[in-house]
Amino acid sequence: MSQTGQMKEYKVSAIKNGTVIDHIPAGSAFKVAELLDLSHTKGTISVATNLKSRMLRKKGIIKIGNKELTENETNRVALFAPLATINIIEDYAVKEKRKVSLPTELHHLVKCVNPNCITNKEDVLTCFRVVRKDPLELRCHYCERVMGQDDLRLL
Amino acid sequence: MKVTGVDFKGRDIISIKEFSKKELLHVLAVAAQMERRPDPHLLEGKILAALFFEPSTRTKMSFEAAMYRLGGEVIGFASEKVTSVSKGESLHDSIRILGGYSDVVVMRHPTEGAARVGAEATDVPVINGGDGANQHPTQTFLDLYTIKKAKGRLDKLKVGFMGDLKYGRTVHSLAQALSHFKVEMVFIAPPSLQMPPGILEELNAKGVKFKTIQDLKKGLAGLDVLYNTRIQKERFPDEYEYQKVKGIYTLSEKLIPLFKKDLKILHPLPRVNELSPALDGTSHAVYFEQAKNGVPVRMALLALVLGAVK
Repeated sequence: MSQTGQMKEYKVSAIKNGTVIDHIPAGSAFKVAELLDLSHTKGTISVATNLKSRMLRKKGIIKIGNKELTENETNRVALFAPLATINIIEDYAVKEKRKVSLPTELHHLVKCVNPNCITNKEDVLTCFRVVRKDPLELRCHYCERVMGQDDLRLL
Repeated sequence: MKVTGVDFKGRDIISIKEFSKKELLHVLAVAAQMERRPDPHLLEGKILAALFFEPSTRTKMSFEAAMYRLGGEVIGFASEKVTSVSKGESLHDSIRILGGYSDVVVMRHPTEGAARVGAEATDVPVINGGDGANQHPTQTFLDLYTIKKAKGRLDKLKVGFMGDLKYGRTVHSLAQALSHFKVEMVFIAPPSLQMPPGILEELNAKGVKFKTIQDLKKGLAGLDVLYNTRIQKERFPDEYEYQKVKGIYTLSEKLIPLFKKDLKILHPLPRVNELSPALDGTSHAVYFEQAKNGVPVRMALLALVLGAVK
């Protein structure tokens, strides 16, 4: 096995059981951690960023011990890391590899950028339709404002 | 009148974007029928709740007139101050309760998205009478109705839009609605008030032919319809910038030689100085008729959502 291969295996398999999220854009690793509410997870969490990557030049990786991401959580990752790969680890081996895929609607996840949107004035759960995936564009179900990646704020 | 695949009974009228070409045309056809032969008993026994959380005399009065002309009754208010919202009640709860007193709700609210919340709160149909800077679909229906009536068609027209195209919700909605038809669009505005790129992209994606232009005189060339709007002083970063464009975007009788003979001018009104009263008596002016058309169009929408006409 080459040196690179060993490194790769080490990064992906260093946890016994859990999830490794790979190919996160370097600037988004902490946003993804926030999105998944990892600060309240009991297992071991490692967040690495600015790692060298052939695909992204610089990337982030998150390793979450003893937690298998649900389909819904997997898809949420796509908001900040559309090219991410999710590796489900079992007994140090990759049991499953998933590509993230953004759902067509996002419920109660992100905040509307429009300060005069009813969702920012009253207790209304937000809902967005994905208008475009690349570059990301979401349309608020209520005020119809379209927002891009830079406007994204988690609730 | 029955059109296959079009069903309005119980439907909310929140955003013009939700209507297909077939549906838009159906509303216009019913409105024409309402104007020709209004049935004063059509909505007898029905109650409209006109919930105006911010004042709007014309939209409110034209809805009331529409309901009365069809034999219905109206309840409601014209200021948020008199409602339980001022006591801290949520919009959702207010609409759920007030919707329960009526058969159909019309609401105007200063906050964007309020009408959608209203529609989700009550089982009766909700018509959006304007939600902040977002949508005012009944205005768009009456704009389309006016164009159709004045020109006899909605296809093969060159339509100009002038004034505040950046913030004006009426121009955004009308451009979106007209994108269903074979219409060429000309957007006449200073660069700082041009149509938002997002809307231009939408038009591009739908294959609509359009151009943006700053010079009013050049923009007028070959227009069949001109939709004029007010430039709001408060939109400008400074007074000087406003003064520079103020005079340029005045449609006056001096420009008549540049008009096509059968050009029709629309304006959502009120006007300030962008539309000279000297044009009022000319064959070009249809803006007062446009305002009047609010009644048959709203009659049509009320009758359709209440299932009184198909």
